[in-house]
Amino acid sequence: MQVPAPFEYERATSVDQAIGLLERLGGSARLVAGGHSLLPMMKLRLADFEYLIDINDLHGELGYIRLSDGEVRIGAMTRHRELLESDVLAEVFPIFRDAEKVIADPIVRNRGTLGGSLCQADPSEDLSAVCTTLDASCVIRGPGGAERVVTMEEFHVGPYETAVGDSEILTEIRIPRKLERAGSAYAKVERRAGDWAVVSAGAAVWLDRGRIVDARVGLAAVGPNTTGIPEISAALRGHEPSEELFQVAGAIAARSCDPVTDTRGSADYKRHLADELTRRTLRKAVERARS
Amino acid sequence: MQVTMTVNGTEYTREIEGRMLLVHFLRDVLGLTGTHWGCDTSNCGVCVVWLDGEPVKSCTVLAAMAGGHEVRTVEGLANGAELDPIQEGFRQCHGLQCGFCTPGMLMTCRALLDKNPDPTEGEIREAISGQICRCTGYSSIVRSVRWTAVHEAEARNAKEEVAQA
Repeated sequence: MQVPAPFEYERATSVDQAIGLLERLGGSARLVAGGHSLLPMMKLRLADFEYLIDINDLHGELGYIRLSDGEVRIGAMTRHRELLESDVLAEVFPIFRDAEKVIADPIVRNRGTLGGSLCQADPSEDLSAVCTTLDASCVIRGPGGAERVVTMEEFHVGPYETAVGDSEILTEIRIPRKLERAGSAYAKVERRAGDWAVVSAGAAVWLDRGRIVDARVGLAAVGPNTTGIPEISAALRGHEPSEELFQVAGAIAARSCDPVTDTRGSADYKRHLADELTRRTLRKAVERARS
Repeated sequence: MQVTMTVNGTEYTREIEGRMLLVHFLRDVLGLTGTHWGCDTSNCGVCVVWLDGEPVKSCTVLAAMAGGHEVRTVEGLANGAELDPIQEGFRQCHGLQCGFCTPGMLMTCRALLDKNPDPTEGEIREAISGQICRCTGYSSIVRSVRWTAVHEAEARNAKEEVAQA
């Protein structure tokens, strides 16, 4: 039987009360949302805390998807199922629905949250790649209601490590919306349904009068954290979308990533996937931007 | 710590360790052994129960997290001696062989039919994609769910006809 080592269970009643608990308990405490990454790690003794603070009751406060002209704001407690089922989100950023369809399985998606996925900071985590692709920023709240906003690059400081401090909590993800015609897509190669990615890629493009105004690609499972590749954006900007252009982007993706050989595949195979999936998602994103 | 939750309509209060998982609370503390305990890693889905009406993998939910909430297990499906239609479907179409995955499959498939009374084969397979039948009896499970969908639709129509008459 696998169970976590003993800990004290606390339940948060509000974001600020949770921060108060974290302030008091320090590094010996950890927030738990869906628990589908943290509890397995605690069972395996890869993580060990004296206190777990259950924030599931904060879903009312932190479970939302709000659209405005300039951006989309998603609460950190928004569950995978809610992201998958949101028609407004799929309309603006179809990349979310693409990704959610291949994240874990429907039962796990009933529990897991956006904030929990990002805070887990697993190098193969799909929503981190989505947020990187969309140039999202993360709102982190600390004692006294102090808020700071960091980019995805700043948020992930290493595998399983984030910018969130001991007495802080990730409350919201903000994704900028641009005026131009937008399209986005996500693709993942996995060994079996619901598995971690061998490699996955997200792409987003913004078109104006047939030309690419901006484009972004994010890759998962090919480096210490999900990676955005600025060189691809630079190569695509100002051009009309074409297969040749996607090939250039794919080649940049393949040489810019840093995969390792493991049970999921060889480094060479993963580079091949980074190339192929970059092309596929760009193609799909452009198709969607045009329709 | 003390936890109070409602399981299949009955409220229980018990003293537990904070680290106790919901699956062990149901099986070892309440003696409801219908819910099975399998892989421990939220992969196999034999431990699926409902938490506030939604299927969850109870090996990856703390019992404490269910405090103040409603849990429904496979024991809560039948109404006395009368099987739930999903149980009847599994019985009619041979939806189980060894039976180990069955409690989880039943809870997931019941939830699916409550949301989507007429699921396609693809939708059924998607719904159970987080669950493993090691007898590999997926085709019979899909048939069982379809049997239930058809019979529940017939029962609904019959009711409407009676109401109209």
